[in-house]
Amino acid sequence: MRNLALWGAASAVLAFLLLPLLIVLVFAFDASSVQVWPIHSFSLKWFYATWADEEVRSALLVSLEVAGLATLLASVLGTLAAVGMNGLSSRAVQVGSFFLTLPIALPGVLTGIAMNSFFTALEIPFTMVTLVIAHTTFCTVVIYSNVMARLRRLSRSLLEAAQDMGATPFRGFTSVTLPLLSGSIVSGMLLAFALSFDEVIVSTFTSGSETTLPLWIFGAIRLGQHMPEVNVVVFAVVAVTLLPIILGQKLAASASRE
Amino acid sequence: MTGGRKLLGHVALLLPPFGWLTVFYLGSLFALLLSAFWQVDSMSGEILHEWTLDNFRILATDSTYRVIAERTIGIAVLVTITDIILAWPLAYVIARKVGPRMKLVLLVLVALPLWSSMLARIYSWRLILGHDGVLNWFLRTAGLPEQSFAFTNVALWIVFTYLWLPFMLMPLVSALERIPASLPDAAGDMGATPFQTFRTVIFPLAIPGMAAGSVFTFAVTLGEYVTPMLVGGAGSEFIGNVVYSNVGVSGNIPFAAAYSMILLVVVGAYMLLARRFGAFDGA
Repeated sequence: MRNLALWGAASAVLAFLLLPLLIVLVFAFDASSVQVWPIHSFSLKWFYATWADEEVRSALLVSLEVAGLATLLASVLGTLAAVGMNGLSSRAVQVGSFFLTLPIALPGVLTGIAMNSFFTALEIPFTMVTLVIAHTTFCTVVIYSNVMARLRRLSRSLLEAAQDMGATPFRGFTSVTLPLLSGSIVSGMLLAFALSFDEVIVSTFTSGSETTLPLWIFGAIRLGQHMPEVNVVVFAVVAVTLLPIILGQKLAASASRE
Repeated sequence: MTGGRKLLGHVALLLPPFGWLTVFYLGSLFALLLSAFWQVDSMSGEILHEWTLDNFRILATDSTYRVIAERTIGIAVLVTITDIILAWPLAYVIARKVGPRMKLVLLVLVALPLWSSMLARIYSWRLILGHDGVLNWFLRTAGLPEQSFAFTNVALWIVFTYLWLPFMLMPLVSALERIPASLPDAAGDMGATPFQTFRTVIFPLAIPGMAAGSVFTFAVTLGEYVTPMLVGGAGSEFIGNVVYSNVGVSGNIPFAAAYSMILLVVVGAYMLLARRFGAFDGA
């Protein structure tokens, strides 16, 4: 009896967590231009209409560019941070990790307004560059924690063997450490890309006149315009962010089996 | 390799990432702190770099801002408590009732919403809570009276609770996993009822997990303005909304900076409190 109540409650909570996502996915196929449940007729027409919308396309391009550049920069910074901190005292690692986590641990609006005041004070105009800087700053920790987790499991003896054979630290790093880390770097990059591609709060404060896809969605929902297109874009964004996650999980799983 | 060269290697590797963070992040927090003591020229709209406490004086005296701060903190607390309650049954099942395969499936299902689009997840509740939405259709079909939660603080509470529930679930699951099975078994052998075992053994050992989860649910809710704008109503303004409109509409960055200082103080104080309950011991 007690078990039944526990399983019932657990299933209800799981449904609460997952049903809204399913509902939002279904609405992309709604033929109507106003959102009413139950959906009366299904169609793909809003997919075509959305694809033809210039605003959506340019927002998508901006998002892909920002997420791509930020992910690349963050992958370098995050990997350097992880490799550099590996082998330091646990106290030093703790302080470093805390510092790297701050940009996503502090409330988004705080990070946003802080970066906004920074660029304003230095009279740097808000462009794609400021957007990429902001995204790189909060994406770095994602790569860092992924690579750090891999380094902790990696045996030091491999690197020491390379050095015993006469490899310089640099040579040891490029020919031994880096190949072993590549799986965790790539899965970290997928997560960072998903994080950047979806970010709206910090972007609002650092984008200037650039419109990323989340900013377009935010504006459209707020003004109640283009709702059928919002459904389609939201469907696409969920699909695009879920794919890297699933892929990243798979990569991480296979990397840990190596 | 000598110790000196080794240290040099660490420094060379750490310089780019920590240089970046120091310039762009600590630099930003520093700029925020400075801006809070500046003001905007009411005629030209330019930021005057002269020290003043005016922003803080307005915040302390105008009751509007106190009400908004109280609402923000109050809803963040309410959301945290609701998430603790909702997380328990599912976390308990994942940690202690299913096999390793099922556990992995459930953990991925719990993590999925966290990594999918936040805007999509907020938007889904407009489709659910709206007048012609999914919930009212369900209530009508069941012969129950319709609800009108859309654009109220109730909607805000539901959506925040939904958005951040995975943040509470994850650490609670790992806290429950760490309790050795022998402990509750021993309590049972000594004659404790299941409820007594839960209250005196399992619950106290799960407190660090709840504390860790609450840091996320509390801090993330506190720093929001998107959800209040999309599902809240006239009386749903958060601290973040005031910051947002002061930067975007009126261009008063100094005032926004001063108001956002409350977030820094409250989150900092909450983290110290959570640390006493072991929130950061598991990491």
